[in-house]
Amino acid sequence: MKAPPLDYVRPGTLRAAIAAMAEAGEGARLLAGGQSLGPMLNLRVVRPDLLVDVSRLEELSRIEETAGGLRVGAGVTHSAIEDGSVPDVTNGLMRFVAAQIAYRAVRNRGTIGGSLAHADPAGDWAPAMMALGASVAIEGAGGRREIAVRDLIADVMTTALDPGEVLVEVIVPRLSSDARWGHYKLTRKPGKFADAIAVAVSDRPRGRHGVAIARPSAPPRPMERAAAAMEAADGWSEALDRDIRAAVAADLAAEPNPDPDPVQRRYHIVTVARAARRALAQ
Amino acid sequence: MSERGIGASVLRTEDARFLHGLGEYVGDIALPRTLNAAFLRSPVAHARIRSVEIPDAIRDRVFVAADLADVKPIRAIASLAGYKASDYPVLATDKVRFVGEPVAVAVAPDRGEAEDLIERVAFDYEALPAAVESLEARESGAPLVHEHWGDNIVHSGVFQAGEIDRIAGEAAHAVTRSFKIGRQAHMPMESRAALAHYDTRLDEIVVYNSNQMPHLIQSGLAQVLGIEQRKIRVVSPDVGGGFGLKIYVEPECVVAAWLARKLGRPVRWIEDNFEHLTADANCREHRYTITAHTDAAGRILGVEFDVTVDAGAYSIWPWTSAVEAAQAAGILTSAYDFRHFRATVSTVATNKPPIVVYRGVARPGVCFSEELLIDAIARAVGREPHEVRIDNMVRPEQMPYTTVTNKIYDSGDYPTCIRKAAEMIDVPAVRARQERGEDDGRLIGVGFACYTEQTAHGTSVLSKWGVELVPGFEPARARLTPDGELVLEVAIHSHGQGMQTTLAQIANEVLGLDPTRVSVRFGDTSVSPYGTGTYASRSIVMAGGAVAVASRSLAERIGHIGAHLLQCDRSEVRVEAAEVRGPGGSVDFRTVARAWYAHPEELPPDIDREGLTVTSGYRPEPDSGVFSYATHAAVVALDPELGSVEILDYVVVEDCGQAVNPMVVDGQVIGGTVQGIGTALYEEAVFDAGGQPLNGTLADYQIPGATEVPDIRLAHMSTPSPWTEFGIKGMGEGGAIAPPAAIGNAVNDALAPLGVELTQSPMTPRRIVAALEEAGR
Repeated sequence: MKAPPLDYVRPGTLRAAIAAMAEAGEGARLLAGGQSLGPMLNLRVVRPDLLVDVSRLEELSRIEETAGGLRVGAGVTHSAIEDGSVPDVTNGLMRFVAAQIAYRAVRNRGTIGGSLAHADPAGDWAPAMMALGASVAIEGAGGRREIAVRDLIADVMTTALDPGEVLVEVIVPRLSSDARWGHYKLTRKPGKFADAIAVAVSDRPRGRHGVAIARPSAPPRPMERAAAAMEAADGWSEALDRDIRAAVAADLAAEPNPDPDPVQRRYHIVTVARAARRALAQ
Repeated sequence: MSERGIGASVLRTEDARFLHGLGEYVGDIALPRTLNAAFLRSPVAHARIRSVEIPDAIRDRVFVAADLADVKPIRAIASLAGYKASDYPVLATDKVRFVGEPVAVAVAPDRGEAEDLIERVAFDYEALPAAVESLEARESGAPLVHEHWGDNIVHSGVFQAGEIDRIAGEAAHAVTRSFKIGRQAHMPMESRAALAHYDTRLDEIVVYNSNQMPHLIQSGLAQVLGIEQRKIRVVSPDVGGGFGLKIYVEPECVVAAWLARKLGRPVRWIEDNFEHLTADANCREHRYTITAHTDAAGRILGVEFDVTVDAGAYSIWPWTSAVEAAQAAGILTSAYDFRHFRATVSTVATNKPPIVVYRGVARPGVCFSEELLIDAIARAVGREPHEVRIDNMVRPEQMPYTTVTNKIYDSGDYPTCIRKAAEMIDVPAVRARQERGEDDGRLIGVGFACYTEQTAHGTSVLSKWGVELVPGFEPARARLTPDGELVLEVAIHSHGQGMQTTLAQIANEVLGLDPTRVSVRFGDTSVSPYGTGTYASRSIVMAGGAVAVASRSLAERIGHIGAHLLQCDRSEVRVEAAEVRGPGGSVDFRTVARAWYAHPEELPPDIDREGLTVTSGYRPEPDSGVFSYATHAAVVALDPELGSVEILDYVVVEDCGQAVNPMVVDGQVIGGTVQGIGTALYEEAVFDAGGQPLNGTLADYQIPGATEVPDIRLAHMSTPSPWTEFGIKGMGEGGAIAPPAAIGNAVNDALAPLGVELTQSPMTPRRIVAALEEAGR
């Protein structure tokens, strides 16, 4: 199938892009790497009136290392992160996550900001950013604001972005050098959409423990009880494994619409437990 | 044997263009003024059509069934008792019977514009309850796919021989299981495609269509369009995979041909993956219930066999949807020797896309079911599964062996084949590893599967089904060119099988011309003699045999001219190494050709006036098919928490008689095995209870890729067929038959300690975890 009729603009500046979005209102969509939006357009499941192409905006591809961490432009590609073109403030977690996303051809065009703003529930960046405690900068006609990634993702394919707003930057706090992380992506084959992704971060020196999960059936979420279990433990043990599984089960049960499917629940619990184990058991 | 002839791993002639991206597929053919077609397809599985309304402004670019009133529905016939033919309209008339069925077509310079036109058509219908599951659809009271049938049974029958009821009473064990092999899409890399234009000079419609059998498609198009065959030329250029999908007359292709004539402009339709996964024909989806009656050691005495094939809404032309179940009943003995059986077969219409054969046809389903049953028998009697198999096998000294279902196994040594596989996979080492356990908690399992594969079965087999086109003598035309090289024109096709190379090797075996000096032409009804094309693993046996016969006749004529040029008697010369060699010297083919084409004054007075072009026909005797066979063995590691399966080792031991090109054989076996891994673990076309397809993109429809395929270790045996030229047997489909069974048995072997057994393909992590959850593990 081919995309439905639509208009297309490629503004030269972020300000012009925001103005174009504001003018077009609800019918406008931003086009960055197009790796999710492109197929959806061709299947005619999204039908914007206007595409505002921001893929070549220099303002969105800036990368800045700060004392507190990293500010990475929303238009930076997965492969740039995978290849180490972005300073590593997460002990390799971001590079690892980037390398897991789809296939290299997708990573060459797909962007970190596009992935977060698209909010596909099986997306790779949201759980990693939630576990890291990252936030995003948003600009719109009304000015600039920053919100935590956990607050950005409102629901499946739904964000806290207002119409006309542009996600411009991802702000990643620095992990201490002793921090550990574990990642587990359950997928039928490399490159495919995941059945579940879990990320666990344990930064004892900074007192930060984060666990988050993504899966196709619900928005990505932090797993607070699992993070607390990790924080309370001193290294890996079978007892901790049991505690974490119980904590995840409790976290899942506390969700607004707990998944009734026992197979899915098993996937979710095991995926988080294995991410935690990878973080702590080496 | 010549160095570049039969048995040599000659590099493939076709690879230069494929590897350089220079293949020419339908989508590569550009004709001026081409219009692209897009179809309005049914959004529901079953409905009565109220209206299809086209705005006046676009009425000249959108067409519905009423516009194509001169086009006949596609109707595939068979003489099987009780078989019900279906009328498959190229655009829906009164009802739609599956999601994706074409309702209207739009044309525009660009495909996207054609899709825009389609969106402006209003399709109004009254939704009807859908028959979706075959076992429910066969019951009375189910929604009727074709009302006038009175039920949904396309065909049913009972076949039996021996005394199965007596055996059932006497046997020590009765082991029963029910199985399902999932519905699949064929997923060729090149989707279906058609480009038609009307050639005013020749007064013919030229249809470029990606298919395996241009002549049959020509006949089918002529029938449906109601025009003379001489006025249709079908060209099937390079084909990016067929696998059985591309053997049927496609409604979209008929519509493109009709539009090209109607509009006087070329019309093109290129199927995309979404259409392939939601609207194209599917394959497989068989359900089995099998009981084996055995003695105390697991020796099979008799089998009760019930198969139900979910045929979808229509029978495809020419071979109908009933052939799969009929084949399943015929091949149920596999490599095993028993003399009592009863087979109940049903082919059931449902509100899903039609099924068409796929690599192996019914064999992957039969193999999956029976080979899993044999492992269940082995567990019941406490023996190693491969040893139970060996005890049950037809022995080499029984060859030729006629099965209780009347198939004739021409040759082979089945027990040696499985022994070799067992040795390669190293069963004792696997058992020791299972005993030790894995550090990562995964469970190890080993599984075997054997099959026999009837190949190149011809007139005597297909005429019994009473289908419309029964293959007979396979043609080949051999022409010596004026410069002394060779052109072969054949009616088979090649879409990955390397026929361009292997047929040249066969000519080389006879004439001694290097394969690089031989052109092999096929895929065009204007190029080659009429033949039924490529299917049933027949092409190397049939076209190979025909090339051998034609090459020998040509050698005879070349020898006659050559002897005259050498001024000696015909009996004194030999044709070899592309020369005619006599006692006092030799002349090459170029000199011989020069005499015929340019200097007839040099020809002998008793010259054969047919010249240096020979058309021959070939059919093995008997033509009931020659049987390749193999054993596959797999070792898997299964994650008992997540149900993931990794194939650690995979072994194939196969026998296809005399291999023409062992490298091509290896490629065919490996390619087939990879598709079989897809059937085993990944691929399934899933429908909801209303008949909606649920995995319409490759994000959801999973196929194995490089990261899912292990190194496949091959070993070969070679038992030449006594019935064919050079002892060749067909083998193109075989690789795809056994993997679901071998891997399925390995999965069940891994799960055996947990008391869990799966009986449905694909064995996805989800199915494995669901079974574990159900067992409380």
